[in-house]
Amino acid sequence: MKKILYILIINTLLSVKSYALIEIDITRGNLDPLPIAVSPLHVDIKSEEFENIKVRELGNKISQIIENNFKNTGLFNPLKKEAFVQKPDIAHLKPRFEDWRLIKAQALVTGKILVKNEKLKVEFRLWDLTAAQEMTALAFTTTPSNWRRVAHIISDKIYERLTGENGYFDTRIIYVAESGPKNQRVKKLAIMDQDGSNTKYLTLGNELVLTPRFNPTNQMVTYMSYFRNMPRVYLLDIETGTQEVVGNFPGMTFAPRFSPDGKKIIMSFAKEGNSDIYTMDLESRIVERITEHSSIDTSPSFSPDGKFIAFNSDRSGLQQIYVMRSDGTNVKRITFGKGIYGTPVWSPRGDLIAFTKMHKGRFFIGVMRTDGTGERLLTENYYQEAPSWSPNGRVLVFYRETKAGTKGEGFSAKLWSIDITGYNERRLSTKTDASDPSWSSLLSK
Amino acid sequence: MIKSLAYSITFHSIMILLTVLSLPFMLREPIELPPIVSVELIQISDKTNIPYAPKARKIIEENKKKEEDRVVSEQAPPAAKAKEKPDRIPLPNEKKEEKKIVKKKQNPEEIKPEIRQSSEFEKKEIIDTNQIAALIDKAKEVEAVQEKESNKVTQSSKKNSFATGLTLSEEDALRAQIFGCWSVPLGLPYDQNLLVRIKLQLKKDGTIMKSEILDHERMNRPGQKFYKVLAESALRAVRLCQPLKVPPTGYDKWKDLQLNFNPTEMLKG
Repeated sequence: MKKILYILIINTLLSVKSYALIEIDITRGNLDPLPIAVSPLHVDIKSEEFENIKVRELGNKISQIIENNFKNTGLFNPLKKEAFVQKPDIAHLKPRFEDWRLIKAQALVTGKILVKNEKLKVEFRLWDLTAAQEMTALAFTTTPSNWRRVAHIISDKIYERLTGENGYFDTRIIYVAESGPKNQRVKKLAIMDQDGSNTKYLTLGNELVLTPRFNPTNQMVTYMSYFRNMPRVYLLDIETGTQEVVGNFPGMTFAPRFSPDGKKIIMSFAKEGNSDIYTMDLESRIVERITEHSSIDTSPSFSPDGKFIAFNSDRSGLQQIYVMRSDGTNVKRITFGKGIYGTPVWSPRGDLIAFTKMHKGRFFIGVMRTDGTGERLLTENYYQEAPSWSPNGRVLVFYRETKAGTKGEGFSAKLWSIDITGYNERRLSTKTDASDPSWSSLLSK
Repeated sequence: MIKSLAYSITFHSIMILLTVLSLPFMLREPIELPPIVSVELIQISDKTNIPYAPKARKIIEENKKKEEDRVVSEQAPPAAKAKEKPDRIPLPNEKKEEKKIVKKKQNPEEIKPEIRQSSEFEKKEIIDTNQIAALIDKAKEVEAVQEKESNKVTQSSKKNSFATGLTLSEEDALRAQIFGCWSVPLGLPYDQNLLVRIKLQLKKDGTIMKSEILDHERMNRPGQKFYKVLAESALRAVRLCQPLKVPPTGYDKWKDLQLNFNPTEMLKG
């Protein structure tokens, strides 16, 4: 009885109080990039020069990389350094917030570099200028030659702190580097940092290579290469450079991809002219057939939890996207739009599937929910395909080819990226023409 | 039977007691309050405000002018200057700004004195802007003082705002102001609850005395990292926006204000 009485009294009091308070709902904001100031990192005077690395320049270089990373996201607006009013070393100790607010910055990145005993120590602080307080501060110690990676890791930490989702800067992209005339293309496997630097070639270019994909640990790559004019699936260890053929199948194997746990490869495999989807256990080398249909089933991609597989099939006439359980049961068609759908790739977040669509001779890159609803076409062009997700599921990288003349002139293939909102489409810089990109997961987890 | 009758009687008497108790809360100004406040009434309140607004503005402007003279001489705190001097170390970037091409090649160490000069110059500029900001703040305070007087005249509007909080246009002005200041973090999971409630205590000039995130314990829960980012962005918006565009009257009513930030619709759309 007493309880009821108390509850009633409290309720009455609360209701009276909430009546008095004015509440205003804010349901919109602006999507303008967040103005951020990235101060050059202060280099400690005692720091030694190290081999070929000029430590004194690193402060500027690292801040430049961080700035570029932010700029490329489209979510941040790094302010020009000319406008900065405080010296890096003092700003790093305690910024004069009002000075930085004056140039309209809302966040500030400061840092310090020290090289001692052949180790590079980089520390940084992220400041919330409106609240006049530190948001995060971290220090990294590594070998000096790793300074680029440190810059990317710092970018990731800041991105994470400001957006609430993981970053994607400390990652690499593997792709097919192309050169030569259109009918005699030399195709090599190449790997680079996501910002286009540190390009390395992994194959010599004697044979055509296609569709490279990382495994979850980013150590191995699976790709397709032609051996005696027959496409085969290969495995390549990036660090050691050793490569091997995945199984010895009599027919052609296509479009390999790792399972989320990295233990299996899923691919399509043509047996007696009929292409179906198979998985192969990398340890036991046991091959398991997943689909069994007279139609052409290709381009399989696992969901991040490994429970489902998305793939293409022309079982209903035109090529469409289907989803099934990982054991091959419960096959469901998810695309019903006009045109041809292909290359489904499950987002690392698990909420979306990216795809390529062809309709009326134009190519689209789009995303949709995993049940096929909410289709959004992000970009349209003459020819583009093969989307690959950034590890945080926010950005897609794909390649785009231009129309060639009768003799193959004017032809080019470049890598592009686009935000899943459809904004911030931009070209990734590669040394040569490029196709079939695959984005790694975060190198530092 | 008797038991249940006793329950019923005690329960009813409690209800009556509560009603009697809560009545004073409800009826602070019982006679003056209209029974139902309709939307039309809000518009009327806008109209009744208009005749007084220009007057108030004139007074405010006059006061601003007066304040300008006073405040400029008041400002330029010597303590701040003294603090800034040791901090001022030559900035290579400032050099670039002033002498574009030639300066780039020079060593920062060589041109310390020049930079000192330039930074002194800039300092003045900075102080000036601060002063202006302070001026505006002061002017607003004066405005608030003026409001007290004008409160007497605009009693009808006060009544309305008492009943409904802010008028629609006042609410819209405030909302629009905050829309502009709020940079919504885009990486939020829109299938989660994204409501951030911030309770503000305002000064009469619309600046923030105290701000509090109502569900702040959620910020540190595992898996709710995004919520912290969202809450911080909302708080940043409020701070950026201040002084808030609050109505000139009815301070008692809006001195405590709750803002409910929810970007779900925006992110989905």
